Amino acid sequence: MGKILVNENEIVVPGQELAEGMDYLPGDDVYREKDHLYATKIGIIKLSGRLVKLLPLTGSYMPRRGDNVIGKVVNVGLGGWRLDIGWMFEANLSVKDASSEFIERNADLSKFFNYGDWIVAEIINVTSPRYVDITVKGPGLRKLGPGRIIHVSPSKVPRIIGKQGSMITMIKDSTGCKITVGQNGMAWIHGEDPEKEIIAVKAIEKIQAESHIPGLTDRIKEFLERGQ
Amino acid sequence: MAYTKRVDGRKIDEMRPMEAKVGVVDRATGSAMFKIGKTIAVAAVYGPRDLYPAHLQNPSRGVLRCNYNMMAFSGSGDRVRPGPSRRSKEISLVTEKALLPSLDLSAYPGGVIDVYVELIQTDAGTRCAGITAAAMALADAGIPMKELVSAVAVGRVGGTIVLDLNKEEEDYEGHATDIATAFTTRSGQVTLLQMDGPVTKEELKKALELAREGCQKIKELQVKAIKEKYGTKNGGEE
Repeated sequence: MGKILVNENEIVVPGQELAEGMDYLPGDDVYREKDHLYATKIGIIKLSGRLVKLLPLTGSYMPRRGDNVIGKVVNVGLGGWRLDIGWMFEANLSVKDASSEFIERNADLSKFFNYGDWIVAEIINVTSPRYVDITVKGPGLRKLGPGRIIHVSPSKVPRIIGKQGSMITMIKDSTGCKITVGQNGMAWIHGEDPEKEIIAVKAIEKIQAESHIPGLTDRIKEFLERGQ
Repeated sequence: MAYTKRVDGRKIDEMRPMEAKVGVVDRATGSAMFKIGKTIAVAAVYGPRDLYPAHLQNPSRGVLRCNYNMMAFSGSGDRVRPGPSRRSKEISLVTEKALLPSLDLSAYPGGVIDVYVELIQTDAGTRCAGITAAAMALADAGIPMKELVSAVAVGRVGGTIVLDLNKEEEDYEGHATDIATAFTTRSGQVTLLQMDGPVTKEELKKALELAREGCQKIKELQVKAIKEKYGTKNGGEE
């Protein structure tokens, strides 16, 4: 019979044996050799039935279809734009996905998005690692205005957003800042009051640094109350 | 002239005191420090990132590129001439070959993972310390790897097989053979085996056994260092 060798929420390292026997199935970042399961990344174990899942605690962003990401325009071509989304290859934003209004052929595309502009976009297709297509058509997808961009670890994004957005809403309400967090670990923050903007940045950095210690929500709440 | 007592008083199967730390370079994707005796290696991993010139790219999987460098002030004797040398190029290559079997780079076709190993202080066993540090740095960078890799030197000093030679033993007058080894820590495959000097078949077998045991101890330290960074507690609230 199969045997599980790790506990739920346990931190594992690459090569660590997770389960024995064919009863358990490998999830993402877990591999099987003969009848043993091993981890391939540093992460936390989540067990759901027979499936052994590993939530990586580290690593760079990997584009996935449906993700909302923040990217920077690095190239303006004739048929669209190229954006840096924190992946090793640039993402492609074609004209048809850029705007619902009609864009004339041979139009100057830099009028819509220029070099250095930051954009919230959704990944519509990952054909291969090299070809990532994104769109700006959709709710909440837009060119970002003034504000600041901070980089966080992509694995910490779910923590920053919280359950049903509870954490991010708390920071937004408390500081009055506008915040958008991309799945790729880039966050845009804009506040009328620069002091409060800094508090929001610090809160996000705090979440990132302390996400593995229990009682995070309470500590962030206290931090936000103390901050002003 | 038999070598019965080691110059620093260690047992023949005893390694120098070790230290490991993960996450020492802030701007790197992943990084680690490994110290064994007076040898200190710092490894930093950057990437996956786009690889140019394009002829270096591999369309089916990512490329691993290692760079081993001894810093100018690192040795005990003369200043080490900076920049690539015949020796450092060779060690860069064997480092790459030692790490590659444990990595799965199929998710990064056309990309590269750069590993920079800097030796800030050297007292023999530098390539092994570099590989050990690089393995931790790669794990820290979240590159999928089947298992960790640890490396240690063994050797024959004046007819005795000893583990983890220091510089004094390497330069032993009665002749010393230095064998650098690296093992994958789970399946126990040999990924590095270099030898400099004569040794018999039996001695080599014995040396490899000694190195294998040493690597297991190093692995425990590697795991400890990783868990120190990522916390031994659970993943917080859910």
